[in-house]
Amino acid sequence: MSNATASSPVVEQGASPAALSSASIRVRVPFWQSVFIIWYRDILRFTRDRARLIGSLAQPILFLVVFGVGLSSAFGAGSGVLPPHTTYLEFMFPGVIGMTVLMTSIFSAMQIVWDREFGFLREILVAPIDRSAVAVGKALSGASQAMIGGIIMLIFAPIVGVRLSVLGVFEMLALLLLLAVSLSAFGIAIASRMRSMQGFQVVMNFLMMPMLFLSGALFPLKGLPTWMAVLTRFDPVTYAIAPVRVSLFSNSGYPAPFINAAQVTIGSYTLPLLLDVGIVAVIGVTVLGLAIAQLRKRD
Amino acid sequence: MADQGDVITVRGLVKRYGPVEAVRGIDLDVHRGEIFGFLGPNGAGKSTTISILCTLVEKTAGSATVAGWDVARHPQEVRSRIGLVFQDPSLDNQLTARQNLYFHALAYGVPRRQRSERIRAALAMVGLEDRADVQVITYSGGMKRRLEIARGVLHHPEVLFLDEPTIGLDPQTRATVWDHLREIRAQTGTTIFMTTHYMEEAEWCDRIAVIDHGRIVALGTPDELKDQMGGDVVVVTTSDNDRAAEQITSRMGAAVTSDDGTLRVEVANGPEFVPQLVRELDVEVKTVTVRRPSLDDVFLKLTGRAIRDEEVDSAGALHRAMAQRWQGGRR
Repeated sequence: MSNATASSPVVEQGASPAALSSASIRVRVPFWQSVFIIWYRDILRFTRDRARLIGSLAQPILFLVVFGVGLSSAFGAGSGVLPPHTTYLEFMFPGVIGMTVLMTSIFSAMQIVWDREFGFLREILVAPIDRSAVAVGKALSGASQAMIGGIIMLIFAPIVGVRLSVLGVFEMLALLLLLAVSLSAFGIAIASRMRSMQGFQVVMNFLMMPMLFLSGALFPLKGLPTWMAVLTRFDPVTYAIAPVRVSLFSNSGYPAPFINAAQVTIGSYTLPLLLDVGIVAVIGVTVLGLAIAQLRKRD
Repeated sequence: MADQGDVITVRGLVKRYGPVEAVRGIDLDVHRGEIFGFLGPNGAGKSTTISILCTLVEKTAGSATVAGWDVARHPQEVRSRIGLVFQDPSLDNQLTARQNLYFHALAYGVPRRQRSERIRAALAMVGLEDRADVQVITYSGGMKRRLEIARGVLHHPEVLFLDEPTIGLDPQTRATVWDHLREIRAQTGTTIFMTTHYMEEAEWCDRIAVIDHGRIVALGTPDELKDQMGGDVVVVTTSDNDRAAEQITSRMGAAVTSDDGTLRVEVANGPEFVPQLVRELDVEVKTVTVRRPSLDDVFLKLTGRAIRDEEVDSAGALHRAMAQRWQGGRR
């Protein structure tokens, strides 16, 4: 273990002398069972708390309606970015689903701060389950909650006029899951350092808003001024939104220029979707490792 | 229990927070199956020590083994063998009592077939069966504490750690909590390691240790500690306590402490001291009591503070807790 201190010359106690008594023979809880426990408890709480789900959908819906409808007339056909017979609203729709997942994932990590405040985090941390299982369980529970939000948002597709295909939806959901797990892990890494709700909210809003606005979720990343184009390419969420959008559109017969508008380009080079996904996966694994390290720390 | 021996062994344990030395070299052995009381004024190092033993805080130096496993090297092995009841509740208020226990049973690897039976038995022990499926948020402080005790022993730990398990509870609930603790010990032979502020609770422990300024200043059975005091305590009230105190010191060479309208004198032989006292004093003696030293006296002598002063100081405790939390957040 990383926390065995080298400075203290403790003589190893050998195998366990206490193992003599039958009471002390312990069954190690398997990793995936530990993950399940953490996940299950969060989901149990989530199902008891419908207000949270509705609350997490309110903002994306507002964006979809106000931004989408309001800007569709200004944008859309004729603006040069999107091809004719397509609307900004359609283009924006997968982005808004991504936005739902982003906000729900990140804010699900607030549960950790909440648990610290109300003491339950200690029950988790003194349990004989590995901290990595705690982090993975939490990341999966945050992702599950986010996916529920994202799937609910799909019901707006016919209203907005987006054509869906079964394959496209499944591809998109798989990609969203990757985004959701990564962002939940990111939230956990931050939340496990935070001692107050207010602190977490301030920090998260500070990080989340630029991540969202620069990701291309709300507008195409084409024809931007250079400084902004550069910033958007440094936003990890950019590489998650592009494949989500492409997978949804390319399977239901949207014109090529429309799909191209969704892809990430660097100069004249269009990043292949697999590279986008790879970038997100690498970042996701990194932040998950960070979250585990945070949870492993002892005072 | 098959093997007697020691279930907790602590040698030269030190914990520093920056320049502050919270624990300054503690040696301690806790025997298997005993109720061990850990006493000390606030800030003496009680909570730090218990947190190290529970693998929540890392030690700076020294060694500590719990249930045969080194707390620094094998925290998981230690965690699976101990139960914990904290000073502040650590339940999920949104879940029911049964759900809280179910989470615990899964986390500690209670075999599937035994889960529901153990949960039922634990709830029955603390008398919460009829409220088992109600959200914990509706529970009173006493009920929560009882539920935590039930949870603490659900996985049949070798050692049950309790940090101030009865603080803030009314006397009746405190008595109930103690009934549970004795029952647990009698049924499973679980060792109980607890901190407390209440002297009558310390009396109920098999052995106690007093910690002050990060060091163990006394260790033994309650009787042994009282015997260490030697002699008797004479409690006097007079018409003029100030003058009486002055005279006892100057004429009889005995140390006097004044406490709440009474004078306390520690003497080698109480019955012989009393007639002498009445003879020597100019002021009218109203009452005289001769008694054996209590644990209160022991505590007062060792730490210079009456333990009763500590418990009412809850505002101070809250402040300290917040300061600690803040320190914890700083890195």
